[in-house]
Amino acid sequence: MDRFVWTSGLLEINETLVIQQRGVRIYDGEEKIKFDAGTLLLSTHRLIWRDQKNHECCMAILLSQIVFIEEQAAGIGKSAKIVVHLHPAPPNKEPGPFQSSKNSYIKLSFKEHGQIEFYRRLSEEMTQRRWENMPVSQSLQTNRGPQAFEDLSKLMIKAKEMVELSKSIANKIKDKQGDITEDETIRFKSYLLSMGIANPVTRETYGSGTQYHMQLAKQLAGILQVPLEERGGIMSLTEVYCLVNRARGMELLSPEDLVNACKMLEALKLPLRLRVFDSGVMVIELQSHKEEEMVASALETVSEKGSLTSEEFAKLVGMSVLLAKERLLLAEKMGHLCRDDSVEGLRFYPNLFMTQS
Amino acid sequence: MAMSFEWPWQYRFPPFFTLQPNVDTRQKQLAAWCSLVLSFCRLHKQSSMTVMEAQESPLFNNVKLQRSKGHLFLLPDSSLKYLWRKAEGRQQTEGKLPVESIQIVLEELRKKGNLEWLDKSKSSFLIMWRRPEEWGKLIYQWVSRSGQNNSVFTLYELTNGEDTEDEEFHGLDEATLLRALQALQQEHKAEIITVSDGRGVKFF
Repeated sequence: MDRFVWTSGLLEINETLVIQQRGVRIYDGEEKIKFDAGTLLLSTHRLIWRDQKNHECCMAILLSQIVFIEEQAAGIGKSAKIVVHLHPAPPNKEPGPFQSSKNSYIKLSFKEHGQIEFYRRLSEEMTQRRWENMPVSQSLQTNRGPQAFEDLSKLMIKAKEMVELSKSIANKIKDKQGDITEDETIRFKSYLLSMGIANPVTRETYGSGTQYHMQLAKQLAGILQVPLEERGGIMSLTEVYCLVNRARGMELLSPEDLVNACKMLEALKLPLRLRVFDSGVMVIELQSHKEEEMVASALETVSEKGSLTSEEFAKLVGMSVLLAKERLLLAEKMGHLCRDDSVEGLRFYPNLFMTQS
Repeated sequence: MAMSFEWPWQYRFPPFFTLQPNVDTRQKQLAAWCSLVLSFCRLHKQSSMTVMEAQESPLFNNVKLQRSKGHLFLLPDSSLKYLWRKAEGRQQTEGKLPVESIQIVLEELRKKGNLEWLDKSKSSFLIMWRRPEEWGKLIYQWVSRSGQNNSVFTLYELTNGEDTEDEEFHGLDEATLLRALQALQQEHKAEIITVSDGRGVKFF
């Protein structure tokens, strides 16, 4: 029984079907084994058995492995059988249902008849030995067959195991934070990231970042460098969102992905960073941009004009009103400006309360 | 004849009428308001006020406040002036400190000891440009100087008598005087007593 190999059951080019029969049981020597109901196919090259209940269970032997065959007539309560005597299995045989067997023959039991015709055809093929004249692909010779689909489901099972393993290791790390060196932790985290699994141990390092967000952050740094320089080193996140998505055209970024990528900018030591103002407004600034220094020049501008609203300031400086307001608010926070809030709107003045005694 | 009141430069500075969110700035702003309230009340000899009155008073309303753009600078005499550029047009608008901010100013004055609420609903208050303890000190100094310890005075005599004409506390309102004497009483330097038709005080 160890001569059988797993197969897809598909015939190769140059391999032809000769006859097939349902309801065939296989015996390992005299022993009944689990393969009790299948369809037996005879081709020019092989004997293929496929389980009737589970079509994925399919195995074959090469006809060249058959030494000789015998008939066994039916009896009372017994089906007619064909006894197939086999050469020993080659050392490099592909995997099959049995690794080893003490028997050098198998029996095919025809529970739904058809033994006589099958025997006749099998004998014919054994005599003609057509497989010798019709070479088939290497894969058939080595009895491999297309296994891609088998492999995929096995891969999926393996991947699931891997994910479970990673999670359990990650939990162990979390619990034993002190016992594991920083270096090991960093290495492990990078393995997780490369598998596309979000870092479960410290969210702060990469935001809720994954490999995807890391790559995205690097992309953004490339896309935004010039636009930022053109806009005085600072842009609101909504401006960035529009700019980036307009450039992409398809496969638009979700706001969430954009924010998560931006959260990683500083950690990845890229030349831009995400900044959140007290008001909650989010901006991207060049690392070289110093908003606090811009405040000094804002004070000059306001002083020159006596007082300014955010809109007036925005127009003068060539900024968006949103960012203009943030700059004025920052100046107020730093004590350089004070406000006049009336029915006419919000105006900023130089902070004379502090400068005049 | 009351001299014309000189408003401080902040009175012409529009942000003065907006409660500043920056804590340090606000501290300066409130100090300026307290100072203004006290000097205003002193000049107008106003010892008490209702919150309603305060809201309507020019104290918290600068009807001539100018808001439009113009170059702002402080003159040597500390008055604030706008210098107009081109013909930007004047806008006469109102500078009005909102009532919630007025409450905050009044609370500041109370904490400093210059204000006392006269009723539970906080609708009227006593305003003292000098704290009662300070008045008490001045009065006691005069009493000692003129060798009148162990003398008895009516309240009227203290504030309206000939002898006190040159004193700062001359003309002081009764409510404030009483509190000044109560402060001295705490220090055992005086005792408020009842005399023929009112109250008086004995100094020790």
